[in-house]
Amino acid sequence: MRTFVGIDLGSTTTKAVLLDENSDVIGRGITNSRSNYSTAARVASEEARVDGRFTLFRRALGAAGGLGSRVDAFLAALERSFRLEQFLEQLGDLEQTCVGLVKGERFAGRESGVKAALAEVFARLRAEAPELYAPGAKRKSDFFRDVAGSRYHAHAEDVARVAGLPYDLLLNVYDKSIIDVENRPPAGGLDDKFRRALARVLEIEPALKSATSAVLPTIERTFGIPLQEAYLVGTGYGRVTLPFSKEHIRSEILCHGLGAHMMYPKTRTVLDIGGQDTKGIQVDSHGIVENFQMNDRCAAGCGRYLGYIADEMNMGLHELGPLAMKSDRPARINSTCTVFAGAELRDRLSLGEKREDILAGLHRAIILRAISIISRSGGVTDEFTFTGGVAKNEAAVRELRKLIRENYGEVTININPESIYTGALGAAEFARRAHEGGARMEGAAA
Amino acid sequence: MTTFATPKPAPAKEVAKDDSMLKQKEMMASHYERLTNAPTSGAKVAATFVPGNLNELIMCFDLVNNLPEVNAIQNGLRRTSGAFVLEAEKIGHSEDVCTYVKSDIGMMAKGNIAPNGKRFPNPDVLLLSYTGCFTFMKWFELLREQYKCETVMLHTPYMGDGKITKNMIDYMVKQLKEEVIPKLERVSGVKFDIDRLREHLKKSAKAEDDLVRVLQSAKSKPSPIDAYFGGIYYIGPIFGAFRGTEDAIDYYRFLREEVDARLAAGKGPVTPDGDMGTERYRLVVEGPPNYTNFRQFWKMFYDEGAVVVASSYTKVGGVYDLGFRHDADKPLETLAEYCLGVYTNRSLPMRIDMLSRYVEEYQADGLLINSIKSCNSFSAGQLLMMREVEKRTGKPAAFVESDLVDPRYFSAANIKNRLESYFQMIEQKRASARAAA
Amino acid sequence: MAASLSTPTAADIVARAQALFDDLTFSAAREWKAAAPGRKVVGYMPIYVPREIIHAAGMLPLGIVGGGDQLEVIHGDAYYQSYICRIPRSTIELGVSGRLDFVDGMLFPSICDVIRNLSGMWKMMFPQVYARYFDVPQNYRDDIGGNYYINELAELVDDLGKLRGKPITDEELRASIGVYNENRRLVRELYALRAKQPWQAPAAEVYLIVRAGLVLPVEQHSEMLRDYLAAVRAEERPKRDNCRVVVTGVFCEQPPLNLIKSLELAGCYVVDDDLLLVTRWLTADVPLEGDPLRNLALAFLHQSESTAAKYEPDLKEKGQHLVRAVQRSGAEGVIFASPSFCDPALLDRPMLQHVLKDAGIPYIAFKYAENSGQMQPIREQAGTFADSIKLWSGT
Repeated sequence: MRTFVGIDLGSTTTKAVLLDENSDVIGRGITNSRSNYSTAARVASEEARVDGRFTLFRRALGAAGGLGSRVDAFLAALERSFRLEQFLEQLGDLEQTCVGLVKGERFAGRESGVKAALAEVFARLRAEAPELYAPGAKRKSDFFRDVAGSRYHAHAEDVARVAGLPYDLLLNVYDKSIIDVENRPPAGGLDDKFRRALARVLEIEPALKSATSAVLPTIERTFGIPLQEAYLVGTGYGRVTLPFSKEHIRSEILCHGLGAHMMYPKTRTVLDIGGQDTKGIQVDSHGIVENFQMNDRCAAGCGRYLGYIADEMNMGLHELGPLAMKSDRPARINSTCTVFAGAELRDRLSLGEKREDILAGLHRAIILRAISIISRSGGVTDEFTFTGGVAKNEAAVRELRKLIRENYGEVTININPESIYTGALGAAEFARRAHEGGARMEGAAA
Repeated sequence: MTTFATPKPAPAKEVAKDDSMLKQKEMMASHYERLTNAPTSGAKVAATFVPGNLNELIMCFDLVNNLPEVNAIQNGLRRTSGAFVLEAEKIGHSEDVCTYVKSDIGMMAKGNIAPNGKRFPNPDVLLLSYTGCFTFMKWFELLREQYKCETVMLHTPYMGDGKITKNMIDYMVKQLKEEVIPKLERVSGVKFDIDRLREHLKKSAKAEDDLVRVLQSAKSKPSPIDAYFGGIYYIGPIFGAFRGTEDAIDYYRFLREEVDARLAAGKGPVTPDGDMGTERYRLVVEGPPNYTNFRQFWKMFYDEGAVVVASSYTKVGGVYDLGFRHDADKPLETLAEYCLGVYTNRSLPMRIDMLSRYVEEYQADGLLINSIKSCNSFSAGQLLMMREVEKRTGKPAAFVESDLVDPRYFSAANIKNRLESYFQMIEQKRASARAAA
Repeated sequence: MAASLSTPTAADIVARAQALFDDLTFSAAREWKAAAPGRKVVGYMPIYVPREIIHAAGMLPLGIVGGGDQLEVIHGDAYYQSYICRIPRSTIELGVSGRLDFVDGMLFPSICDVIRNLSGMWKMMFPQVYARYFDVPQNYRDDIGGNYYINELAELVDDLGKLRGKPITDEELRASIGVYNENRRLVRELYALRAKQPWQAPAAEVYLIVRAGLVLPVEQHSEMLRDYLAAVRAEERPKRDNCRVVVTGVFCEQPPLNLIKSLELAGCYVVDDDLLLVTRWLTADVPLEGDPLRNLALAFLHQSESTAAKYEPDLKEKGQHLVRAVQRSGAEGVIFASPSFCDPALLDRPMLQHVLKDAGIPYIAFKYAENSGQMQPIREQAGTFADSIKLWSGT
């Protein structure tokens, strides 16, 4: 089937969205942005294709019947199993790479010892891997580096101690390997991984064995559907580094506007607070941008600011919102200057102000700055869509609702937990429209 | 799989050297020679500002006209202004203020070297033409503090009500008669001869005619000039030390002939990269350009096939395309009118009128504002101007932000992002208009 | 020191002034307007306008100095980029939020390009309001700048006469001049008292009292000044071991009240300042006989305060007004408090600092915004300054 890919190369994460010919989303992928945007783009689109495959499975299994209500459980198990296969594969790559780096002066005389230790570490990692992907398991994140890293450190410390080896030798090979491993495209075909994952699921879930005959043909048939990438559009910070020609690039503002429109066709004003920039966008009824404003050099009040605050307060980023919600008396904070964030925080704490009040005030200050940019872009017109990482912060959302109600009246405010994909979604739709337009023109010429 | 398009190799470009360009280079070189030679030749030096530049009058006293703004621009183009600005900030000037001033102060602190490698002379008199910009007052107070030289204030009242009044003209003529001219006489030792002034004014008017022809050539499609990136070169002689001279008349005649030829051949503007390709977007630009990253900024337009057909900055040293000409029959009144009419001395409603007219008359796709961080005269109110012009013309406007000569305030990624979005916006609008048709 | 029921204490008066200061809907001015039919209110921005002319037309001059730190700016930010000071955006906020809907006219003095351009914006945004850019001469010769200015004043007189529906007479002008002469005298008296005994008249209180003059009818303000002067003379207030400073900042955009309080808390008595200069702009009584416009013009040319927006034609004189202020008030140092992005304050500052250096007067400098919340750095600097002055002066 024909698919249209949108890739958003952000400063923190890279997202990919896959659309079918009907503008329906069939797959989404996300990965850490790294120094190598090409790799990030490739990994994200690969993830989107994997997700797309699952969507096809879902559609096929849903239509075919045979598993009934257990379709969801089955697909969840398949996905977990697939992720486990991916993880194991990368783990193998990491092991090979680490072992390959055990040479030179630093390891002189201890090569075999270190290699044995590595073998032990990776054996343990492989053994505990299924647990990490068991049903209900909570992982800190889905990125390989995050998952593998902390476990590696824990095991390596232990093994090194027992083996009487300096811990930093094991660290050294890890540090030197992880970036390469992260940036290497996955070896082997997607199909093989799926089959292995499927085999594992069927092994573990005996109840499905009986329905195997019904499932397998559907799965095989679905495997056979090629996901043909008919057109690709890139957007985001990193887009200029890609070897795409102009027709395959769209500004992030346009992609964002169109993406928001696709999620909420009635939206007219879009606010995006990203990691380091804030965009205010006005779109028309077709999702085409009519007006926009961005912050200038000063990134005050963007997502990073909250990151600094979290660091200053020794909290997790996701804990800021809930704590701020506890306040009913937000402190009046007039500046979101990141440079002075720490000093202002300490000053107020020392004056006896409560943490939750300060946090609530900070959230309000961020939203005030965002409203400022929205103001300059043309104000707030019903409906209002709020996207970006900060949109997941309930305290920020609370302040936003208040400010909009006070200054613009009753306005429908749209917030989508998947809003991080907005730019990629818009890019994918641009890809679809560009392809359609091209095909139409060809048809007209014929 | 992902489709990667292979980039096309850039074709070899031919860059033509036009007569007007050569003439201008000559003029600039000779001007700087004359300036830096003043201590030797005994010539006296006056300093003044581009808005309200009374060059015709200054020449009556055989004074050499040094324009600190032009020097700051030269420093910007040559990428030396960044260091000068830092130097000025080191000695106590605020980050928030005009970077022309800081570039000038910094340049003075670091040897005061002109583009020809020789030292700038100390001014003998500062003609503080307080026209269209508050910062000018402080700039020359600072120079006065430094050089301890004669200073004469010429106050040009602001056209707050959108018009010139008799009170304004009388005030300015009186200042000219009783303050400016006597002081210039005293400093230069040359007696004022009003007929000399008339001669200069006649020459100015001639050059102004040709300049306006050149500017208005951009009404055609395609436009044979870029009224912003090319424009800042075209206004050099008329805004600087050459208005009222034969040299300027020659320059503008050459330029007009070149532009007429391009017009006849249906050609686009001359650019540093040879001829422009297809004209895809026509823009009116409000605000000064960025000088430190001039070429980089220009390239963003060039790459998209965007041509600037009219700009407000090319009117900052005098507005000639609304009918005004220097009038030798009323020499002092005409100097006053000239000062009062410069772009930055016009009220906001007047500026909005001008820009809206430009969008219509020059058949532009829309207005682009380059908002300059350190210039309040231009920048304060531009957001309102943008919305008003959009309302009146029905065409979209875009807003980018940079600075005059401080490279720290030029963020290429940010600007490119906004420009690209703007051009794509225009494209999308065109596409929907086509679909609707 | 029991005060009788009819004599207000300093605290009472300050409380009233504080209430006027806090009121961003300007109820006092609204009430004045509603009290009689046909009354009009004309707003003016810093630094100086001849309020006598507004008064002579029977109108209330209303000083607009931005929204301060209690006003959140939402709509105003749509009009200004981030590198422009806050006062124009909070002023626009006051306008678009309806807080100035009772104001019939606005005057924008020629102090800088931001306020200059704001005059044009106001005309477009509020076309039903009489908005005028009020220019003053930068030439101080009677027959040049003077003539120009007299004509400017005459235009204003004419316009306000039309706004009222009846021309303003010379008699009315002279009467108004008299009333404002008195008000200026009282403000000068208050400043003199504070310079002599700063513990009797704390800077924050003086600020509130003087600022009340921007929203009250001038007659009421003069009464308030008299009352306050009497009240503080009757009280005995504790002295502190503070050093004495002059605070200068051009002050179109006002510092938050907390900033003024912080200076004093940090150990500095403010013995002179250029906050709200409109209340003392003309430094001597304006004559009551003869042509009132000519008198006002001559007063402006030859007997008015100095500020960055005013050209100083004589290099030797540049900055001397500050030196004289220091000497006159017995100050030991100068604090430059400039609003962020303020061209007049920031461009002038280096020159003034050189003059102070030559005169051996110590100074510090910092920037603020009308809604600055962080007072800690200011307390630090002012405190260190106060300590160093005491150290170096040998006390």
